[in-house]
Amino acid sequence: METGLAIVIGIFFAVSVYLLLSKQLVRMLIGVAILGNAVNMLIFTNGRLTREVPPVIPADLYVPAEVTANPLPQALVLTAIVISFSFFAFLLVLAFRAYQELGTDDVNEMRVAEPSNDPLPPQGY
Amino acid sequence: MAGSYPSVDVDFSQAWNLTPVSAADWLIVAPVVISMIGGAVCLMARKNTDAQPKLGLIFLVLLVLASGGLLLRVLDKGVITMVMGSWLPPFGIAFTVDALGATLCLIASVVALCAGIHGAATVDNTGRRYGFYPFLLLLMTGVCGAFLTGDIFNLYVWFEVLLISSYGLLVLGNERPQLDGAVKYGILNLIGTNLFLIGTGLIYGVFGTLNMADIAIKISEMDAPASGTLATIAALYLLAFAMKAAAFPVNFWLPASYHTPNIVISAVFAGLLTKVGVYALLRIFVLIMPASREYMADLISVVAIGTMIVGALGALAQSEVRRLLGYLVICGIGSMLAGLAIGSTVAISGAIFYAVHSIIVMTALYMAAGVIYQMAGSYDLRKLGGLYGASPAFAAIFLILAFAVSGLPPFSGFWPKVMLVEAAINDSRVWLAVAILLSGFLTTIAMGRTWIYAFWRGGPEGTEDGKSVALSPKTLPIPAASWVPVCMLTALVIYFGLQPEGIMHLSAYGSIGLIDPQGYVNSVFGGAQ
Repeated sequence: METGLAIVIGIFFAVSVYLLLSKQLVRMLIGVAILGNAVNMLIFTNGRLTREVPPVIPADLYVPAEVTANPLPQALVLTAIVISFSFFAFLLVLAFRAYQELGTDDVNEMRVAEPSNDPLPPQGY
Repeated sequence: MAGSYPSVDVDFSQAWNLTPVSAADWLIVAPVVISMIGGAVCLMARKNTDAQPKLGLIFLVLLVLASGGLLLRVLDKGVITMVMGSWLPPFGIAFTVDALGATLCLIASVVALCAGIHGAATVDNTGRRYGFYPFLLLLMTGVCGAFLTGDIFNLYVWFEVLLISSYGLLVLGNERPQLDGAVKYGILNLIGTNLFLIGTGLIYGVFGTLNMADIAIKISEMDAPASGTLATIAALYLLAFAMKAAAFPVNFWLPASYHTPNIVISAVFAGLLTKVGVYALLRIFVLIMPASREYMADLISVVAIGTMIVGALGALAQSEVRRLLGYLVICGIGSMLAGLAIGSTVAISGAIFYAVHSIIVMTALYMAAGVIYQMAGSYDLRKLGGLYGASPAFAAIFLILAFAVSGLPPFSGFWPKVMLVEAAINDSRVWLAVAILLSGFLTTIAMGRTWIYAFWRGGPEGTEDGKSVALSPKTLPIPAASWVPVCMLTALVIYFGLQPEGIMHLSAYGSIGLIDPQGYVNSVFGGAQ
């Protein structure tokens, strides 16, 4: 089970790296979203997978009766999902605003902050 | 339903810390709590642009006091720990404060206070309405949280808190260059934190714990603590934090974005954000994974040399003052990485001292650039000139800061460089020592040229020799809120230059605490009990 998920995670990482290497901003954003999901699945798999036993302790016991699913990775993943989703939303708006203002979604042509025809620095004292 | 639970005596002390936290130890979370409440209060008063600076400054002063109190407490009691919800470590999230975290927290708070004062003059009503002070305080929440936490996943969360606040600050004002810079800053930093999260997920998979002290114990008990999965984790952490710290060759987002926002925001970023990355590198590689640090020492020293040289050469190639300063931030990161590469007590304390120096001096330089802009209306070296005639005192202050950032005595940059060069030669890493000195030399040229062009010559390019240009009277006088924080930080630079013993002791204390984690571990797990 872990092996299968590990392969899926590997595919996710490959796809996201491929998309992040592109110069179109929209593709890069999709790459960022997939990267976030790949990391979340990686944390989830790292908590080891068990089947269908919720980590609930019966009313008359103080420890779980049997081996239960690990609840901690779920808490970690939940935190990471919230964070990566909000960042993705921010970046999406940012990319749209950048497209409106700069008129391009090609990162090679985004040269407003660092103009390519910058004059040379002073050549002496 | 509650009545149906059987009443059995349970020994809660197995899972809970039943002794109440002493009142003074609440200082551990005070910096985070104060800045978070401050951010919320300022956010509620968002539309009241006159009250914003006052409210913000009140909370920033409280933050400085709390961090100062925390540092005194740490110096008095040693490392102190507080666990959330009283859950015993490693179950609960622990805030563990040692001398390193407390020192950096205090210096960061002082710098944020200076930025708050400077912002009262340079951030206009629109900027205040869009939330300069709330974002600044929430940024401090993230920075202080990162310095104080003792849990590696919690460190990730604080990184994200400071990152989202920095996004807000970076696009404050919505100018075209800002959007361009923010795209690069945003995506690169998000990838960096994702790499950090991958490493953390793998750490959890290997050790089943996220408490830094717990991980440090488990790694020190391993047979081969630098191979297998741990080598992957160490490489991921190195890349992730190198991206955060803007080390070569993943430094290009910094000069692309740091010069775009309001100058006071650039000043805060230059002072704090990259140093949080360096702090995380020190915490992870010296305290938690010392074997991996040794294993990668040569790689780190190559990165350090590259960072220093690229930073210094980049600074030489700029004619825009803010972009030049951006490269000097990178150059300073190289010196701190040099300390990490050597790894001896002197080297690590040199790196900590350098971090303190760099936080102060880079913030002061950016603010000084803001004052230059207020006086002359430009950041371009070609259009500057004659400022010495306008204000000799400010020219002297800028010269002091230029000397300090180049590492010339008698200012604060000199002592950490002495420590780092000495440690590099003792560790027979001669090239590292050469790179530190060479980068200092190149920085001296770049800053000397800036000073001569902006202050010493008579006027902008095209002015005849011997003539000096009168500045337009409407730019003068400069509001006190702009130059007072520059003077405060310059006073610190001079003080640390002339009286380095205090900060040297602090950084040595921090460095010893990192190299020998016993005090840290005892604090988390209650020592000999």
